[in-house]
Amino acid sequence: MTRSLRGRVAVVGVGETAYYKRGGSPDPEFKLALDAIIKACSDAGVSPRDVDGFSSYSNDRSEPSRIAAALGCHELKFAAMQWGGGGGGGSGALANAAAAIATGVADCVVVFRALAQGQFGRFGQGPRSNVISGPFAHTVPYGLMSPAQMFAMKVTRFMHDYGVEQPALRSIALASYHHAQNNPRAVMYGRPLDEAAYDASRWIVEPFHLFDCCLENDGAAAMVLVAAERAKDCPHKPCYVLGAVAGSQYRAGADVHNTPDYASSSFKPLAPRLYDMAKVGPGDVDVLQSYENFTGGVMMAMVEHGFCEPEACNEFFVKERFLAPSGDLPLNTSGGNLAECYMHGLGLNLEAVRQIRGQSTSQVADVNVSMVISGPMVTPVSSCIFGSEATV
Amino acid sequence: MSGYLVSGLPIPVVAPDGRDQPFWEGLANNRLLLQRCNSCRGWQWGPEYICHHCLGDDLGFEEVTAEGVIYSHERVWHPVHPALRAQDGPYIVVLVELPQAGNVRLVGNLLGDPRQKIPIGGRVRGVFEHHPDSQPAYSLLQWELMT
Repeated sequence: MTRSLRGRVAVVGVGETAYYKRGGSPDPEFKLALDAIIKACSDAGVSPRDVDGFSSYSNDRSEPSRIAAALGCHELKFAAMQWGGGGGGGSGALANAAAAIATGVADCVVVFRALAQGQFGRFGQGPRSNVISGPFAHTVPYGLMSPAQMFAMKVTRFMHDYGVEQPALRSIALASYHHAQNNPRAVMYGRPLDEAAYDASRWIVEPFHLFDCCLENDGAAAMVLVAAERAKDCPHKPCYVLGAVAGSQYRAGADVHNTPDYASSSFKPLAPRLYDMAKVGPGDVDVLQSYENFTGGVMMAMVEHGFCEPEACNEFFVKERFLAPSGDLPLNTSGGNLAECYMHGLGLNLEAVRQIRGQSTSQVADVNVSMVISGPMVTPVSSCIFGSEATV
Repeated sequence: MSGYLVSGLPIPVVAPDGRDQPFWEGLANNRLLLQRCNSCRGWQWGPEYICHHCLGDDLGFEEVTAEGVIYSHERVWHPVHPALRAQDGPYIVVLVELPQAGNVRLVGNLLGDPRQKIPIGGRVRGVFEHHPDSQPAYSLLQWELMT
């Protein structure tokens, strides 16, 4: 038998809390996690007590044993953490969950992420300690300490190598904000962005303007996965996992910016594996959710997934192409991390499922292949492809 | 002596396991010392317990001329640390590649006008920046363009 996840597992439920500006949640992080999981189970028509596995990433603080106790789960069979890589773990957590179900390790697994940055501290700021040691001692004293600063250096080198200009990055920000105006869940709902406002916005770190950077939010998101044969009994159209992969290139984790292939989103070795497992190519993708920590990473990740040659970025990255329903590659149709919510990227996976179901607030017609790229430029990164009934 | 950046950022100290100690001691003495394998002669940075080229554990530190080439750069505007709010305008961080040491890279600041155009591929010379009055004292390695 071919070793593949293709068509063997389906997402049958999605749920999220209300999304808040960082520090804005009235509830503690653990309660947010429970709320999202209960909603996802309700959407799936599954009792939370019958969930037997949990999978998350980026050292989520809501531990499966505590969740299972809180929900009264009959039995816990699977508790998986995708190590490191922050939001790069989103589709990796889904891959782990799908692998557990496909191999009979567990039967009903929840993939989730919960964040209360007000309760536990913000992502976008430097360390507050007096002294610093280890790898960060070689960067922080030079004022290189935030995620934006860590990744701007990669994007600068990529833009230099391929002659990419600022409007390419701008097109990504505009697409996310455009779609958020249709999405009442979005933190930036009712706050549109145009070219002039983008151009006038302050630099955070060149080449990132304010609007090239993700939000910081509180909230939680969850999805319920079961075996394909069981998915047909659930209330919604099944959303099949066609492929899901995680990883990074040779020595991606080398300290102090010493990764040999530096100007990369870390996806070069992953993308061929993803397409091979899913048995589709980039030309088959009907709608794409691509993790925006920073717009430059979206661009590099899309190049490395074969949507465009690196030399062609200035022509390819134009807003109109990315707008649902008319664009030829609708992108980040919920508003994504820039304008819906920075739910550490799991909101992108939920949106990809909604596109298969026909439930997006910026719905693309007849979606059969729906793809997610999680967390460019970190390590490990991950990506996944969902398919409709017609694809399996 | 004052530095390129305002004071108040976290002060670098030797890693608890000591694996970058020769590097920091070198900077204090105006010398650049980087990790090199005594078996296969491969360079690596950051320092590790074993050599990623040959997997041997006979590692040492060797002096390198503090010169390199700008591999990438960024101009930082938003202060992500409270101390940086006192910085007068933006500052430049450069990633410098060292061809004479297996193309390992170091992070530093580019001295001079923070609004200058920054050439990728430009040759730079190291400038040791000492903070003897800091508690604890420390030294950094900064860079300036060769003309």
